[in-house]
Amino acid sequence: MTGGTGVTGGTGVTGGAVHAEEEQPLLVLRDVRIGLHERRGPVEIVRGVDLGVMAHEKVGIVGESGSGKSLTVLSVLRLLPDPPIRLLGGTVEYAGRDLTTMDERALASVRGAQISMIYQDPMTSLNPLLRVSTQIVETLTAHTTPKHDARRRCSEVLHQVGLTDPDRVAHAFPHELSGGMLQRVMIAMALAVSPRILIADEPTTALDVTIQRQILDLVGELHETTGMAVVWVTHDLGVIAQFVDRVVVMYAGRIVERATTEELFVRPVHPYTVALLGTLPREGAAHRSPLTQIGGQPPDPSRLGKGCPYRQRCPVAFDRCSEEEPPLLPAANGGVAACWRAEE
Amino acid sequence: MSGGDVVLRATTVEKEYPSRRGPPVRALRGVSLQLERATTLGIVGESGCGKSTLSRLMVGLELPTRGQLDIMGEPVHPGRALARSIQLVFQDPFSSLDPRVTVEKALTEVLTVHHLAPERAQRQARVDELLGHVALSPRHRDRYPHELSGGQAQRVAIARALAVEPEILVLDEPTSALDVSVRAEMLNLLVRLQGELELSYVFISHDLSMVRHVSDIIAVMYLGQVVEQGPYADVLDTPRHPYTRALAAAVPVPDPGRRPSGQVDGAGAVTMVGEALTAGPAGPTSDGCPYLPRCPLAEQVCAETAPQLGAIGPRHRVACHVALRTARGLPLSEDVPV
Ligand SMILES: Nc1ncnc2c1ncn2[C@@H]1O[C@H](COP(=O)(O)OP(=O)(O)O)[C@@H](O)[C@H]1O
Ligand SMILES: Nc1ncnc2c1ncn2[C@@H]1O[C@H](COP(=O)(O)OP(=O)(O)O)[C@@H](O)[C@H]1O
Ligand code: SF4
Ligand code: SF4
Ligand SMILES: [Mg+2]
Ligand SMILES: [Mg+2]
Repeated sequence: MTGGTGVTGGTGVTGGAVHAEEEQPLLVLRDVRIGLHERRGPVEIVRGVDLGVMAHEKVGIVGESGSGKSLTVLSVLRLLPDPPIRLLGGTVEYAGRDLTTMDERALASVRGAQISMIYQDPMTSLNPLLRVSTQIVETLTAHTTPKHDARRRCSEVLHQVGLTDPDRVAHAFPHELSGGMLQRVMIAMALAVSPRILIADEPTTALDVTIQRQILDLVGELHETTGMAVVWVTHDLGVIAQFVDRVVVMYAGRIVERATTEELFVRPVHPYTVALLGTLPREGAAHRSPLTQIGGQPPDPSRLGKGCPYRQRCPVAFDRCSEEEPPLLPAANGGVAACWRAEE
Repeated sequence: MSGGDVVLRATTVEKEYPSRRGPPVRALRGVSLQLERATTLGIVGESGCGKSTLSRLMVGLELPTRGQLDIMGEPVHPGRALARSIQLVFQDPFSSLDPRVTVEKALTEVLTVHHLAPERAQRQARVDELLGHVALSPRHRDRYPHELSGGQAQRVAIARALAVEPEILVLDEPTSALDVSVRAEMLNLLVRLQGELELSYVFISHDLSMVRHVSDIIAVMYLGQVVEQGPYADVLDTPRHPYTRALAAAVPVPDPGRRPSGQVDGAGAVTMVGEALTAGPAGPTSDGCPYLPRCPLAEQVCAETAPQLGAIGPRHRVACHVALRTARGLPLSEDVPV
């Protein structure tokens, strides 16, 4: 893997001289391509994503809605809504094994015990008919935890996610709990198994900032103490800035920029990243001074054509941009960017 | 701004909803607010604190159980929902647009109902003018909602609200359903319209950075009450109520150089404890402070007397015993970790 263009390119952790054994990523997505099956054939929606996640790191994924963030992370544990969405190609390696071809039994043990996922809608992972404690205990005993340890662990994690009355919550059915409580129950269930990787798809988007803060603090603490790696999908640039070490920016089914959090905010390279950061109300600017807008709309995946998918909205597009789609190129901020001007 | 015309005034507004079991849910507990002409009143607070209830009362979709709302100096009465001077714009633009109706029809319907622009040609011109206000081109006339992006649909919803030439727009989470890249566009649009049409806004959002961007005055609600209010910079930069301080400290700042310090203006982090309480019978007793169960600064008096909004600066008011005493320079008791 050369320069910053490898799967984990653009990080202080993996850049420069690396100690090969220590620096193996725990999870590697290589050229992941995901399609939507339509009568006329598949439309490629995620178009070749390369992403490596090291143990002990927190990676953020941001991007326009519809850019393929959710499908990308769902593909890791083979959770794509098939039909109509299917993996078209690529590999997902976890601890050296390809999850895309692994047999169901082996995959099930990775799913429940090593890689946990949390979602925006907690009911995605909760059973409405079972008490909270039953669900958490079942998850644990399915992975060889003795039953009475599982009970203890259950109240422990419910307490950890900031629920003040864990016993009441444990005995409740999902419909008896508020949205914020359910969200924390889902997170407790995901963390109960002490996963090596937590993948989160906008789990705090619908929550109040105070609760979001509690959850980020908790996940951050577990990351510190257990070394759990974190992949956090969000559209909140504040969460990105405060919570993750490294960021990938997605646009039209591709990663268009990858950099450390510091560099991304100080020296964004891809024009989409620049525009996205520009939309934020700026501190110190005059009250109500106009915010930068991103004109236009993201392209329809079935009509991308040749060239850079950002060209219609890009203020610095030039001839080459409508001819050839740029690959991820080493960028001036030490990361990589899919832009012909990345090195400028 | 001060001394301007008041276009909307809420006076000790209470709203109760009957509950199947037990006493009614007290969604609003004595809210008093005012909105001055051509300014923006921002309302923040966690979900369930009563923001949407208040917005429905403001436009007359529901009536207060007690207290009074005046719009343009006149009390709100039943049927006020059809009144032209105040219009509500919802969070999800698609829920307020009929999927079978084109943009043009959605706008002309409103004009017809209110007997505005009776001539066909006038109506056409007015539709174009409204589309122009929200920066949509006449091309969008024939589009159906499903042919619009979220941002475009929200513009149509705003154009429809503007059709009746209101004085006030109540915007309930108008950007929450929109993509980040569209939010800037929407805020710019609202700021421009306010200038051009001298509109007054009530802007409800849980996104503090947006509320800050558009508001003159911010009111912070907690469990159906206003616990702090004042000029936007006072409330967000020097928050005084422990809840506002917890809220301001919890917002992740989009600047990696500024780690969450947990410090707000040297006042110290006031991390909230415990669960969000819900309105209603399970809520705190009327004797004490509603924030008491989560407040790390609580003292004996907080359990005995409910704090009232009191001034701590020009136009800056807070409902907290400890904050009021601190602001008035009285010594603190030993056990207050400020
Ligand atoms: N179940 C589905 N059926 C059809 N299209 C889908 C489905 N799920 C996702 N898509 C399409 O795939 C694209 C990428 O979706 P997604 O990964 O959810 O985006 P993001 O999470 O970045 O908002 C979107 O344009 C969406 O419309
Ligand atoms: N129609 C209703 N019937 C019963 N309770 C209601 C009704 N509308 C709102 N509530 C209750 O009133 C409180 C305030 O709700 P709401 O105004 O929607 O809060 P917010 O908009 O701040 O999230 C909540 O506890 C809610 O459950
Ligand atoms: S490749 Fe061209 S169009 Fe694409 S982002 Fe770079 S400059 Fe803009
Ligand atoms: S009055 Fe007391 S309990 Fe209420 S917010 Fe102030 S210090 Fe806390
Ligand atoms: Mg998504
Ligand atoms: Mg609401």
